Amino acid sequence: MVEPLVTMRGITKHFPGVLALDDVDFTLAPGEIHALMGENGAGKSTLVKVLTGAEPFETGEIRLAGNPAPVINHSPQEAQERGISTVYQEVNLCPNLSVAENLFAGRQPHHGMFVDRREVNRQAARIMADIGVDVVVERQLGEHSLAVQQMVAIARAISISAKVLILDEPTSSLNEQEVARLFELIRKLRDDGMGVIFITHFLHQVYQVCDKITVLRNGHLVGTYAIEALPRRDLVAAMLGRAFDDMAAIHRRSEDEVDRGGAPVIAARGLGVRGGIRPFDLDVYAGEVVGLAGLLGSGRTEVARAIYGADAADEGTLVVKGAPVKHSPIDSMRAGMAFCPESRKDEGCVQDLSVRENIVLAEQTKRGAFRLMSRAEQDRITREYVDLLAIKTASLDTPVKQLSGGNQQKVIVARWLATHPDFLILDEPTRGIDVGTKAEIQRLCVELAGEGMAILFISSEIDEMLRTCSRLGVMRDLSKVGELVDDEMSSSAIMSKIAGDEAGDD
Amino acid sequence: MTERPVHADGEPRRGVAVLKAIVRHRIFFALVCLALVLLLNMIVTMATSGSPGSFFKIVHTNGTFNGPLITILNRSSELIIVALGMTVVVSCSAGVDISVGAVMAFSSSVMVWLLGYGTLAQNDYHVKAYVVPLALGMLAALAVGSLCGLWNGFLVSRLKIQPMVATLILYTAARGAAKVVNSGQILKVDLPNFRWFGNFIQNGAGRNIIPLPTPIFIAAGVVLIVALVLRFTALGMNIQSVGINNRASRILGLNSARIILLAYVFAGLCAAIAGIIASSRIGGIDAQNNGKMIELDAILAVALGGNLLSGGKFSLAGTVIGAITIQTLTTVLYSINVSADQLPLYKAIVVVVIVVLQSTELRPMLNRAAAFVRPRRPAVAVAQAGE
Repeated sequence: MVEPLVTMRGITKHFPGVLALDDVDFTLAPGEIHALMGENGAGKSTLVKVLTGAEPFETGEIRLAGNPAPVINHSPQEAQERGISTVYQEVNLCPNLSVAENLFAGRQPHHGMFVDRREVNRQAARIMADIGVDVVVERQLGEHSLAVQQMVAIARAISISAKVLILDEPTSSLNEQEVARLFELIRKLRDDGMGVIFITHFLHQVYQVCDKITVLRNGHLVGTYAIEALPRRDLVAAMLGRAFDDMAAIHRRSEDEVDRGGAPVIAARGLGVRGGIRPFDLDVYAGEVVGLAGLLGSGRTEVARAIYGADAADEGTLVVKGAPVKHSPIDSMRAGMAFCPESRKDEGCVQDLSVRENIVLAEQTKRGAFRLMSRAEQDRITREYVDLLAIKTASLDTPVKQLSGGNQQKVIVARWLATHPDFLILDEPTRGIDVGTKAEIQRLCVELAGEGMAILFISSEIDEMLRTCSRLGVMRDLSKVGELVDDEMSSSAIMSKIAGDEAGDD
Repeated sequence: MTERPVHADGEPRRGVAVLKAIVRHRIFFALVCLALVLLLNMIVTMATSGSPGSFFKIVHTNGTFNGPLITILNRSSELIIVALGMTVVVSCSAGVDISVGAVMAFSSSVMVWLLGYGTLAQNDYHVKAYVVPLALGMLAALAVGSLCGLWNGFLVSRLKIQPMVATLILYTAARGAAKVVNSGQILKVDLPNFRWFGNFIQNGAGRNIIPLPTPIFIAAGVVLIVALVLRFTALGMNIQSVGINNRASRILGLNSARIILLAYVFAGLCAAIAGIIASSRIGGIDAQNNGKMIELDAILAVALGGNLLSGGKFSLAGTVIGAITIQTLTTVLYSINVSADQLPLYKAIVVVVIVVLQSTELRPMLNRAAAFVRPRRPAVAVAQAGE
């Protein structure tokens, strides 16, 4: 048997109040793509951080091929020198430098004190050609697509040291074709004998590229499996620690159940933003989950933002429960709207504030700064939603930045549910969170609609929308191009609508 | 089970955990600094007077309490008030208001000018009777301070100018304007009530009827009011929310531009109050020296109090402790015969130390250093041996 590249044994690590890793073993062989799977907070990222020296650990040992004794990395740089490179979801490169400069930043070939620009470009072109990515290396990184940027990041990682490559959620912001290209590259690296650790939330991608799966749950090792030995259903069961029943249990409401007798909760007429979303009409009735489908950048988010007033609309009218509403967040909130934005980091969480403050903020703002909710009321509300959404937090006073991504998302949802909205906008509420939470949020959506809430649901995953929505608006090139209702909705119908019914339209 | 070291210290004992929580608390650091400068003061006083406890001694003479501690508290009043305004500005706009000292001078110049309107024409720089009531003059000062704040706030919140640059305008202009108002003269107010706010409140016979200096009460009052406002409104949470994540705050309905605007107005108002105290102390207006360099002390007080200058979470108590610490430091420096113009050098040293200690990079750096110096855990020891 070949010597493994990485052997981690009995790794244990605490975070304040949490056992992050408990006696976890992990082995990575050369020439293997190894998926690290688990729900949010299961310890995937922590394990990787321990390996790369971004976090210290308490007990256990790490052995690397070529080192006779156990090794401790004290920093990612040190890990990199030992041949372990990491590429994160967010590309940590400079968009305003050229591809070549990014590849060689900090280690340019030079004559004396001058950088040999020609040599930089020549070597960069060779590296990119090696991994089979066709780019003009002199062009700025920012001009390239996210996928190419990601591959440049990978190229940089492997050109520095090429034994172990860690990919943390590399595909979250890529489209299908880009993912395919990335996978081609990963397979090539594997065939060259590299070990790849692949972290993702997309189950199907695991089965497309990976050879082995290690599953973690609540900081414990569930097991390491060959890919053939662990069908998808069993993987989910292993991650959740229970049988896979949740997705099946979600039954979307049908349009027939929606009462269209009264006025719609939301009625947008010709609402548009100059330079943004083209004028669109949209009605959402109480008890209805309406989805918005379309490619990234097709205007799904922009529709939501225009309705909520996050982007001020330049034309058109918005009528909420029969009364016109001005276009600003606070007016929208007072009219009964709630908006969970797409980017929970930039527009959702107030990182340093506590879970309690994050949850009560919107309701408090709605009431006004001078009508402070009592501490008892704040605690009651927070407790209610922490329980309802099963938010995992050490305490109500824990800063929200210490929570895992999925739990942060739940905090944002809780914030808006606490305002008791009539109309809830969820923009990518399940992005980057685990299956269990995903199912919970979808189920919650359908339940809330059942209780009479009107919901606008935006997701990149068509399956998810087919499960939850009873009606779909389809977006293309910043315009609303159509609607699909109940039985008309299917993956293929949506795709052909997105692609444009006319042949030849791209 | 594979054999491996059992984590004996995995679960820290409760007492240790509590202690750790206290040490990590942001105010702990401020208190340590205060204790250090107090200790320093005690030693210096002991060296000069010979008696160990004299620094902490408070004596009751002539109807007032006197002692080094009272003096420090009295002298730190303006700084405490200005630093409160600065705290709020820093929290929500992640920038500093460097105009507060100049605004102090300008607002109290306007006040004194109003009080003695007409006296200048006779080339007599002593106000002997109020032209407008004292209360009105003081209100005018507060209004001027608030207007200055409004201007700063407008530049920062609406025109999105960097706070430092925006307030640089009044930093230079307001002190100049202060001199223009009174023709560059030091205008004296020769009326007893005027001196109450910077000294002691006296009765008609000139006896001190309140045993503590008035600035202490004014500072305490301002602190109390701000604390109550923060306690009974959501303003504190809103300010911090805007400071931490402006975009998220906008989405959840907060008018972040207005909150920032009001923060600067508050800072201007605080400066005006401090200006009144400072001019009352000397019984007149000295536009050159009123609030001179106080902006730097105020920023330092905010930082010393454990508040990040990058905005967000803030602590009032920390700021107050920070302000008192700086005044204590100033006192000790004076008492070892450091002259006023050398003072900034020593304060700068303190600033460097604080900024370094607050740096988030410091702890990992120390940890790394510690890991190399003394291997703490078996696993580390093995790795060391292998390297």
